[in-house]
Amino acid sequence: MADISMSSAMTGPRGARPKRALSPRNIMLYGILIVVCLYYLLPLWVMVMTSLKGMPEVRMGNIFAPPVEITFQPWVKAWSEACTGLNCDGLSRGFWNSVIITVPSVILSIAIASVNGYALINWKFKGSDIFFTILIFGSFIPYQIMLYPIVILLREAGLYGSLWGLVIVHSIFGMPILTLLFRNYFSSIPEELFKAARVDGAGFWGIYFRIMLPMSLPIFVVALILQVTGIWNDFLFGVVYTKPAYYPMTVQLNNIVNSVQGVKEYNVNMAATLLTGLVPLIVYFVSGKLFVRGIAAGAVKG
Amino acid sequence: MSASSEADAIRTASAARPRPRWTRNISAKIAAIPMIATALVVFVGGTIWTVVYSFTDSKLLPRLRWVGLDQYERLWSQNRWLVSIENLMFYGVMSLVFTIAMGFLLAVLMDQKIRFEDTFRTIMLYPFALSFIVTGLVWQWILNPQFGIEGVVRDLGWTSFSFDPLNNPQTVLYGLLIAGLWQGTGFVMCLMLAGLRGIDEDIWKAARVDGIPTWKTYLVVVIPMMRPVFITTLVIVASGIIRLYDLVVAMTSGGPGGNASQVPAMYVYDYMFQAQNLGQGFAASTMMLLSVLIVLIPWAYLEFGGKKHG
Repeated sequence: MADISMSSAMTGPRGARPKRALSPRNIMLYGILIVVCLYYLLPLWVMVMTSLKGMPEVRMGNIFAPPVEITFQPWVKAWSEACTGLNCDGLSRGFWNSVIITVPSVILSIAIASVNGYALINWKFKGSDIFFTILIFGSFIPYQIMLYPIVILLREAGLYGSLWGLVIVHSIFGMPILTLLFRNYFSSIPEELFKAARVDGAGFWGIYFRIMLPMSLPIFVVALILQVTGIWNDFLFGVVYTKPAYYPMTVQLNNIVNSVQGVKEYNVNMAATLLTGLVPLIVYFVSGKLFVRGIAAGAVKG
Repeated sequence: MSASSEADAIRTASAARPRPRWTRNISAKIAAIPMIATALVVFVGGTIWTVVYSFTDSKLLPRLRWVGLDQYERLWSQNRWLVSIENLMFYGVMSLVFTIAMGFLLAVLMDQKIRFEDTFRTIMLYPFALSFIVTGLVWQWILNPQFGIEGVVRDLGWTSFSFDPLNNPQTVLYGLLIAGLWQGTGFVMCLMLAGLRGIDEDIWKAARVDGIPTWKTYLVVVIPMMRPVFITTLVIVASGIIRLYDLVVAMTSGGPGGNASQVPAMYVYDYMFQAQNLGQGFAASTMMLLSVLIVLIPWAYLEFGGKKHG
């Protein structure tokens, strides 16, 4: 607000009276926003604080209070000792499972979707728009209706229960939103470029790799952010399409925290929860505005 | 659309030597095979398959022995399914009303040319990056009656204070709502903010010249202008609500008292993969599809039907 009052002071006595920074309106506005932000920050605060306390302190104290004695024991335990059923090797297994699920899924889904978007804009063929429409409608259909047919397809292909089966499932369900994202982006690249390359004799893949790909790096980053967080956070597909040995981190986390056996160790649970949320949180805080662009892509009309 | 590209293709092809129709544009067709397969086999084929098998008595394995509408009759006579539907309706309506109302109000506050806008937005949106499992588990801990909010307030001296939504069948859905709203409102706020920013500055100037108060401008001019944004948000949020599953699994596993917070997605999963009663699962998922179509078809008609005629 200060710069606004500055500029109105510069133009002399004309116009409205300069607004004070501490006007009742501003106090109200910032007051509400700060209260709202406290509500949003509260769970993160509680998560961090609880995970740094020992169990005696968790039982005695207040969940909102910072730890008197900071300990990293819960983090170590959550990572390498927490039990799911009979296995007591901690969340680390889920973490590495999630990594080896997420990396190929992200690469494969982005590769397929970017080529789709490119073909839909520059190489239209009979029916291509119909397939795209089906894809977009498909993204609104509840996954539940396609769960079992995909089980059958994967079983026929011998991939049911394997990591690659899950990778394919992620590529399938990531396709609508990513194809939309790439299609919209490629449609903004001037067609003259494409035509000039055609005249020079470049083919489908030549134009894709030498012109489209280098020109669209920002949208690839947006897609990367969208897919990394989306696939990392998946729970349903992980449960349905993999064996317990390959369970992703979210599934293992839920099994650790909601297991009925044993004494509940809330500090370890919160450390485990925070560890699982860490990857998307880092992606989110590093990517900043690109994340907003990614999630808004679904809302922009195609 | 495809007709004009056809014409182009024919023109370029006739200049060169004639080739069979299907080889034209062959690289693009090959590259699009994954998309075509997904659209036709998984989305269309899978949906039809499930709908067809919902009329059979499939148990452990799918088999084509017709039983007509038996599965649906059984479904609608199950108390658990009825509770699931009721829960989803209540959660869905509350969640839609609150996310959209709060998302819009926050977007209006954010649109007052405030300082630190990026910081505020970053804070409001970060929950959206987290999974429902993480969201559910954190809120389960905060709402823990012994150590969470209830315990803290009691320790302060108000010993009769009670706030334990997750262990009471009457209030468990409010507990889920608190967590769900925390996760999703920031996203709706961002969509709404984008909508507000898309409104022409001249409209604000005109309203100011006419001496219309700000709140009235929002109500009478801005909100009607943002109709497409509201509708798109509604469709996105609603199709997410129907899928509601992870959050319930993490927070309550469908309890307390057996099925106080059951939702349809959970019913489907349990019958397909736990109870080995596929037919019931198919029938339940077909009902879920039907409920989405009720939302989707009017929207598609408004969005795409209007364009063709206008």
